[in-house]
Amino acid sequence: MSGLTPTETPTRPEGAVATAIAGWRPLRLVERNVLVYRRTWYVLAAGLFEPILYLLSIGLGVGALVGPVAVGGGREVPYEVFVAPGMLAVSAMNGVVFDTTFNFFVKYKYSKTFDAVLATPLEVADVAVGESAWALVRSGAYATAFLLTMVALGLVQSWWAVLAVPAAVLIGFAFAGTGIAATTWMRSFVDFDYVMLVVVPLFLFSATFFPLGRYPQALGWAVRVTPLYQGVALERALVLGDVGWGLLLHAGYLAAMGTAGVWVATRRLAILLRR
Amino acid sequence: MASSPEALVEARSLTKRFGRHVAVDGVDFRIERGEAFGFLGPNGAGKSSTMRMIGCVSPVTSGELRVLGMDPAGDGPRIRARLGVVPQEDTLDTELTVSDNLTIYGRYFGLSRTVIRERADELLEFAKLTERRHDRVDPLSGGMKRRLTIARALINRPEALLLDEPTTGLDPQARHLLWERLYRLKQEGVTLVLTTHYMEEAEQLCDRLVIMDRGRIAGEGTPRDLVARHATREVVELRFRSASDLRAALPRLAGVAERVEPLADRVLAYTGDGDATAAAIADNGVHPAAILVRRGTLEDVFLVLTGRTLED
Ligand SMILES: Nc1ncnc2c1ncn2[C@@H]1O[C@H](COP(=O)(O)OP(=O)(O)OP(=O)(O)O)[C@@H](O)[C@H]1O
Ligand SMILES: [Mg+2]
Repeated sequence: MSGLTPTETPTRPEGAVATAIAGWRPLRLVERNVLVYRRTWYVLAAGLFEPILYLLSIGLGVGALVGPVAVGGGREVPYEVFVAPGMLAVSAMNGVVFDTTFNFFVKYKYSKTFDAVLATPLEVADVAVGESAWALVRSGAYATAFLLTMVALGLVQSWWAVLAVPAAVLIGFAFAGTGIAATTWMRSFVDFDYVMLVVVPLFLFSATFFPLGRYPQALGWAVRVTPLYQGVALERALVLGDVGWGLLLHAGYLAAMGTAGVWVATRRLAILLRR
Repeated sequence: MASSPEALVEARSLTKRFGRHVAVDGVDFRIERGEAFGFLGPNGAGKSSTMRMIGCVSPVTSGELRVLGMDPAGDGPRIRARLGVVPQEDTLDTELTVSDNLTIYGRYFGLSRTVIRERADELLEFAKLTERRHDRVDPLSGGMKRRLTIARALINRPEALLLDEPTTGLDPQARHLLWERLYRLKQEGVTLVLTTHYMEEAEQLCDRLVIMDRGRIAGEGTPRDLVARHATREVVELRFRSASDLRAALPRLAGVAERVEPLADRVLAYTGDGDATAAAIADNGVHPAAILVRRGTLEDVFLVLTGRTLED
């Protein structure tokens, strides 16, 4: 008798993500990105300047023109104090969106980077988790620099603000997972217009620039269920020291969104890359 | 039939389908440790699909496959840890330098940086790329990229190296350099599994090969066996000025050789004695534009077995 057994097509992403994380294997994808950016660090640095420029022009510039903003509990803060945590949340989102959509697309479709990876012991889940993990490193670094700028400008009012960095990482996670998942459906660069179609409204209408109370009521409720709003609310509460249990809801939303994204991305990449 | 444990790869009724399209149509083969085994076949024969299943990057549709005694469906990572893969299209990391390509690939295999550094120096030497180590990958020539891909595939000291058309698209000089490197690996005991549509490459490198066509295996053996079994010792090639000249000559070529095979641009006469056959052809009053007597090759074997030339 032969020792051979019939083989079947394997697609089992459920346990795969957990196994990948347990083996620390996704870190090797992070290492790859470190090697790449060691030579092109200025690209990373440029990504940091954009939000800081926004903070200076909108926060300090526009802030000089408009009056203080009511933030609840009868409290009023200067406009720049109000808008800065919103910008922090936006920078956490923007910091990962390009990397996990456009850059990911190039690596997966044109450079065949992951075809090489998948010929080694690494698996599809390692790619999905590893590329998200790199996005987290990136958003964490951006958030730290941004927060320090805020401190330097006197825009931070509470020690709770140290949690603004982990919160930014959570925002990064939510958008990284979803970004990679969405990218697996893109066919060409034209499809990236849809990314902008999602990101720009989120940027403008997540209570980033003015409080939720200023929106028409229906729109206000719509905003409450969008992802970036969770991040803005979380960051603003931490930076203003306005902390309550309700914040866990925002955090849970972002964590669930990121997890679902990574899970879907793993499934999709298994279909696309293990043909 | 009992399968002895030392086979490196064993396939039975191995099949790969893409949707309705059958790329590999129930093939059987066995690759032993230490040998150089080839898949020779034209475009679309199913060579890459077979290689990708052996390399555990593409799932088997049906049939049986064992690699290093394991099942690719459940043991992919463990099998891949012991293989080296040179895919048909280069997948070098174009965002990294030559030496970083080796470093990160070693890291994908979980090797320590110290081990990688030692091996990378050796491998760069082996690939004749030491001077280019700090360069980006993009500006390298095709031959250099191919050598780097092979060097990269060796970073984990694989037991078998899978090479999918290692020299396609290279100029003859680059090709010979690669053959020489592959020959060295073979001497060191690395099992080579390669695909090619160059019969010269198959003859130079392979101890044993299968001839593949339209997803099936048409013949199997050592290059010498295959020629002896399916072709003849010598072949007389006749070229004509036009297709009508060729057609006109065919009736007068009957019986001059063991077998006469008309192609689009020439006629092949298979024979044990080329000079005698050439003389007989002249006696029959056939005067082609050019006449050439040569040894029988794998190209002829392919033609006999499949009715097509390798370039088709
Ligand atoms: N991912 C895929 N999706 C659909 N069809 C495929 C895919 N890969 C290969 N095929 C088809 O399977 C058949 C065999 O292809 P394969 O690449 O294995 O041939 P090959 O012998 O390697 O050819 P070549 O010499 O051109 O590399 C071809 O008809 C090809 O179009
Ligand atoms: Mg091929």
